[in-house]
Amino acid sequence: MINIKKLNKKFGKVEVLKDLDLAITKGGIFAILGPNGSGKTTLIKSILGMVIPDSGDILLNGKSVLKKWDYRNKITYLPQIANFPGNLTVIELIEMIKNLRNCATTENELIDLFGMRSFLDKKLVNLSGGTKQKVNLILTFMFDSELIILDEPTSGLDPVALIHLKKIFQTEKDKGKTILITTHIMSLVEEISDEIVFLLDGKIYFKGTVQALKTQTNQTNIEHAIAHLLTEENV
Amino acid sequence: MFKIIKYSFYDLMRSRWSYIYFAFYLLLGFVLLFLNNSVSKAVITLMNVIIVLTPLIGTIFGVMFYYNSREFTELLLAQPLKRSTIFVGQYFGLAISLSLSLAFGLGIPFIVYGAFESSVIWNFSLLILVGVFLSFIFVALAFNIALSNENRIKGFGIAILMWLLLAVIYDGAFLISLMVFDDYPLDKFSLITSMLNPIDLSRILILLKLDISALLGYTGAVFQQFFGTSLGIISSLIVLSLWVVFPILRIVYKSKKKDF
Amino acid sequence: MSIEIMRIFIFIINLFFSFSLFAKQIDVCSSCDVKSLKIAIELAKSGDNILLKKGLYNESNIVITKSLTITGENDPIIDGGGLTYIFQVKADSVTISGLNLQNVQTSYSQDLAAIHISRSKYFIISNNTFTNIFFAILVEKSNHGEIFNNTISSSGTHEHNTGNGIHLWHCNNVVVHGNNIKGMRDGIYFEFVSKSKVYNNHSEKNLRYGLHFMFSNENEYYDNTFTNNGAGVAVMFSKYVKIYGNKFDKNWGTASYGLLLKEIYDAEIIDNLFIENTIGINAEGCTRINYKNNTFKGNGWAVKIAGACYLNKFSKNNFISNAFNLSYSGRMNENEFNSNFWDDYSGYDLDKDGIGDVAYRPVKLFSYIVNKTPETIVLLRSLFVDIINFSEKVSPVFTPDDLLDNTPLMKQIK
Repeated sequence: MINIKKLNKKFGKVEVLKDLDLAITKGGIFAILGPNGSGKTTLIKSILGMVIPDSGDILLNGKSVLKKWDYRNKITYLPQIANFPGNLTVIELIEMIKNLRNCATTENELIDLFGMRSFLDKKLVNLSGGTKQKVNLILTFMFDSELIILDEPTSGLDPVALIHLKKIFQTEKDKGKTILITTHIMSLVEEISDEIVFLLDGKIYFKGTVQALKTQTNQTNIEHAIAHLLTEENV
Repeated sequence: MFKIIKYSFYDLMRSRWSYIYFAFYLLLGFVLLFLNNSVSKAVITLMNVIIVLTPLIGTIFGVMFYYNSREFTELLLAQPLKRSTIFVGQYFGLAISLSLSLAFGLGIPFIVYGAFESSVIWNFSLLILVGVFLSFIFVALAFNIALSNENRIKGFGIAILMWLLLAVIYDGAFLISLMVFDDYPLDKFSLITSMLNPIDLSRILILLKLDISALLGYTGAVFQQFFGTSLGIISSLIVLSLWVVFPILRIVYKSKKKDF
Repeated sequence: MSIEIMRIFIFIINLFFSFSLFAKQIDVCSSCDVKSLKIAIELAKSGDNILLKKGLYNESNIVITKSLTITGENDPIIDGGGLTYIFQVKADSVTISGLNLQNVQTSYSQDLAAIHISRSKYFIISNNTFTNIFFAILVEKSNHGEIFNNTISSSGTHEHNTGNGIHLWHCNNVVVHGNNIKGMRDGIYFEFVSKSKVYNNHSEKNLRYGLHFMFSNENEYYDNTFTNNGAGVAVMFSKYVKIYGNKFDKNWGTASYGLLLKEIYDAEIIDNLFIENTIGINAEGCTRINYKNNTFKGNGWAVKIAGACYLNKFSKNNFISNAFNLSYSGRMNENEFNSNFWDDYSGYDLDKDGIGDVAYRPVKLFSYIVNKTPETIVLLRSLFVDIINFSEKVSPVFTPDDLLDNTPLMKQIK
């Protein structure tokens, strides 16, 4: 599915990704974890083509995606900060993104699911953070894409919406899709993720299931397990 | 690309600044035409305003629009769209909306006033054309500056400085060098110098279409000979077009290399 | 032998005519007894009338030494056909009117004219049409004449091979009016002419000046129009002239003036219109001139004071839409500007008496700069120039700081 080879990226003098290799061969939910500045967002953005790597290659279904754009038809992305052009209404934004991608969508179900029907004609500038995040989620999940990339999908969400979101994760996973998530909420990771990809200093430090992580670190709690990974590094 | 232009354009058409800009020109047009008894004098005053204001507004709007639509741009970047499509599309969306504000803002009073003499129409159209060119040029330059500067305040500062440089400082240096090198033949120097700056070039293009052309001829016939011919007009328009094309090319180039 | 017979014949005819005590009329036409103007003149006595009827007369070098009235009927054409004068008037009280005079060649050694008047008095040249001539009317050392309603045109291309329309030299008490002059070198040219009047003439598209006079004192010029002449109107080295009600317009050109004044003393320039000239009035070495009620509109420079101008007064003039209202060389001001209307005056009138409460400075810094370095004109109307003009207005450094209109008018003078 995704194959990343020897990816390097520097921002100025800071090496953010160092010869990063990553292969994701099957569907499922992959949690990309790592401390701040470990290169999570850079990795995601590299896959999306928003960050241009200095060297290395990213293959999607065996084809390099660098300098390409139409592969993004197979990807949807939920950005961390949901800030939309303020002068548009919710429905206009949805219509616009639909129009840009030009493929089948399921926004109506999602609108109902998140209870957004009454917000459709509101201008985006007037929405609260949580509501914006719901719009963000609708925009992401209304497409039927092979690869779904989510940057902190739970921020600002109320518990009800969170439950809906988890359900969505499950259905998408059942369809055989690949979902990449970055999050700081370890309970969510433990609950939904099939595998953990742990980044440290621009490298994959650990890749495997939650269970494997616990076993490797001899910890029962995932947070401790991760803390252990970090301290191990320091030793 | 067309979709991006359309959405950027719609976005702007709803923003209150577009209306303010449009209303400003509308008011200016009405005041100048109806309170002035001579159309040619109104055209001269309009020229002064257009030469100074369209570059300034283009610069400010360009930088503001770019920075304000950062998140939207990121949203678009994740969509299956070419990068150049996104940026050039946004650029055209803004440049077209500014140009339309200008054209309608001044055009409506003009039509209401009903000055349809051919020479006046021609002068007026040239004025609008130059205004449109200046909008396109300065929005493109502003986009370039914003693309190269992540820091908004720095980007804004540089953009204003760029405007100041082309609108004021350039002419100051030009004037001083003309006075210092008084003893040398300056015809070609001044011709080339004024061709290089889009604001100066626009100003001279309009001046020559107004009756002041003879005044420019006063210093030597080079200007009148050059700008008076169709060759001069065509090469001026080409230079103005290059001022649009090169910044756009740089937008394309820069946007391909940039990380978001 | 035949000449002998001719002389006798003429003598007999003369004898016959001289029996009459009154002025006679001699008709000239192709079917008349007298078929040639020259013969008619030879036959005529002082005080006679010659009526030239419609037709083409190939005659030149017609010398008039008697007081005759030569009148054309239905536009007879006299074709000079070459390198000589058509008429040479050498007598007093000669009238030439209603003729079409054409073809006098360009000469580089002589000032050939269609009508040349020399040392005569009381001449009248009226209602004639001059085409394709070198000089049209050339008058020297003559006085008390009248030249009116003539139409003069030529298709000159260069100053050196084109003559003047109405050229007066060492004359006085001549009245020139209602003439229409086009395409000559100078439309009307006066040199050493005094106590004369020039009015209601229209002088257009002349290669050099519409009107040009030098060393001509005590003349009046009024209600004339000078349009689109190569260099406008030039008046030099003259005293006590009155110029009023004229229109100077469209003298656009690299060195064109509405009115070029040089060494003029004690003149009155009143009620004139200066419209769309490169320079409305250019004054150099002029003293005690009263400029009043003139309107300057759409000129490059309305008034340019080139130097050595003293005790001139500008009052109640309108300055409208000029690129520069006033240009001054030097920092000294010896002239007065009062109660003019300046369209770019930005002051206020709180007491509503129609006079601005703040003085107006007619000289802009940029006009001073352009004076020093003409090439800088390319920066006309640029923002930088507006800025330096403003700063100079606030605190004058380069322009004469006493050059002020202390009573600028709020409204245009009708």
